[in-house]
Amino acid sequence: MATTDQPGRAAPALVIDPEEARRERRRKRERIGSWLLPLTIMGLAIVLWDRICVWNEIPQYILPRPGVVLATVIKDASLLFSSLMVTLKITVLSLALAIAGGVGLAVLFTQSRFIEMSLFPFAIVLQVTPIVAIFPLINIYVDDQTTKLLLCAWIVAFFPILSNTTLGLNSVDRNLIDYFRLNGASRWQTLWHLRLPAAMPYFLGGLKIAGGLALIGAVVAEFVAGTAGQSSGLASRIIEAGYRLNAPRLFAALILISLTGILIFLALSWISHLVLHRWHESALKQEH
Amino acid sequence: MPSSTDPFLLLHSIGKTFASGVTALENVNLKVNEGDFMSLLGPSGCGKSTALRIIAGLSNPTSGLVEWRGAPLRQNDIGFVFQEPTLLPWASVYDNVWLPLRLRGVSRKDAAPQIAEVLERVHLTGFEEAVPRELSGGMKMRVSIARGLVTQPRILLMDEPFAALDEITRFKLNNDLLELWAERGFTVIFVTHSVFESVFLSNRITVMAARPGRVFDEVAVDAPYPRNQSFRTSPEYAALCRKTSDALVDAINATAQDLEETVHGDH
Repeated sequence: MATTDQPGRAAPALVIDPEEARRERRRKRERIGSWLLPLTIMGLAIVLWDRICVWNEIPQYILPRPGVVLATVIKDASLLFSSLMVTLKITVLSLALAIAGGVGLAVLFTQSRFIEMSLFPFAIVLQVTPIVAIFPLINIYVDDQTTKLLLCAWIVAFFPILSNTTLGLNSVDRNLIDYFRLNGASRWQTLWHLRLPAAMPYFLGGLKIAGGLALIGAVVAEFVAGTAGQSSGLASRIIEAGYRLNAPRLFAALILISLTGILIFLALSWISHLVLHRWHESALKQEH
Repeated sequence: MPSSTDPFLLLHSIGKTFASGVTALENVNLKVNEGDFMSLLGPSGCGKSTALRIIAGLSNPTSGLVEWRGAPLRQNDIGFVFQEPTLLPWASVYDNVWLPLRLRGVSRKDAAPQIAEVLERVHLTGFEEAVPRELSGGMKMRVSIARGLVTQPRILLMDEPFAALDEITRFKLNNDLLELWAERGFTVIFVTHSVFESVFLSNRITVMAARPGRVFDEVAVDAPYPRNQSFRTSPEYAALCRKTSDALVDAINATAQDLEETVHGDH
């Protein structure tokens, strides 16, 4: 008995028809193109940015040249990276709290339909109300700066985890639930051995969204809070740089935020791949 | 052969009506002997799966009684195999077969001898670490059967387990299932809509009719075991298939007549 098909990679000695050869070449081109194209376009965009600055003689305080921005990242590294650490701390902490809160609530919801019916509307209210509008209230009720930012980022990040995990916990094969019942499984065993693993792909999908939102939440919250203290994050650096017409530093901070967002996304995608690659459809490699 | 005349399971005038008003089963009486290979054969909607779920304890009858004779029934005593393999997609073959033991508190290590034995019986030795999506449909079903047998149940309930498989794989699994049954001597209730499969496997066939689901007829398949490939092409098999097929056609016609009467009665 054979297991599944082996990957259909053509060995050099293999005789293949022209159509299959064409397909193989196209696959190879697509593989290379998938990283080469975005890099090339990005490079061209940066060159164009630089040329526009030079051709139009745009002053540095309006649009700095990319080289200047890069120099600023290096020159202001200690300042920018300590700010980045502050923003990153808020992001990671709020994401962790969002996971705890989102998964915890989702598990609670699956224990009883009535709890879900009662509490889900509150979660939606929190989600649909713009965080910028809620923040003044948080500002009144909470003293500690970090707690304020954390709360804000949490509100933004927890909903996708909650709603995805709830969906996942409820999307379990009915027959498997019957099978567990037949074997006298307890509620806890069904949750641990069946519902939680089955919800994993949904949870990880929510986590990818929440990771980006936590960063946005952390930055937006700091913008609204607007206080530039000793240990302030990248948003404060941007506000500060804006006041001083220090466009290069503003761009530098902006680029650091973007890169952080990309890194968070890549890290979470990688985790998702590690967990799911052996069994879930979404993580399977397409061979043909 | 394992079959005896001691009743093991008795259904006393079982009825099942759903909240929607559909009567799935009406006055079903059934006697299953220890060691029987009994098929429930019937058209879709005749309540054969509902009957199986009631026997398994997954569903309660609206009326009537399920009676188990002999030694008191423990949770281990019922094995269940679904139409789909119904495996945990994230768990290896080994862990899938371990699952029923794990739910009973048996550690992974303590379960090893039992798991190895049952995997060998279903010809899956060497595939312990594979996950379900790496297996073919027939192999997944073998894992499902191994999982059903690892607790050494006294009765194995099978709900159209091979319906989704191709014919070659189905024949092979039929043979292997009979072999297991002869070796281990458990009782089987096998739900199917295939005349040929039910005749090949069982010593008794209960033919059911639909709307409402009821027992229509019973066919004794008195061909001797072991049955193998040559039995499939024997005149004896053909005759038994014809007999069973006639009973099934009668059951389907009975439903059609009932429907006609209802329609005429309504107008």
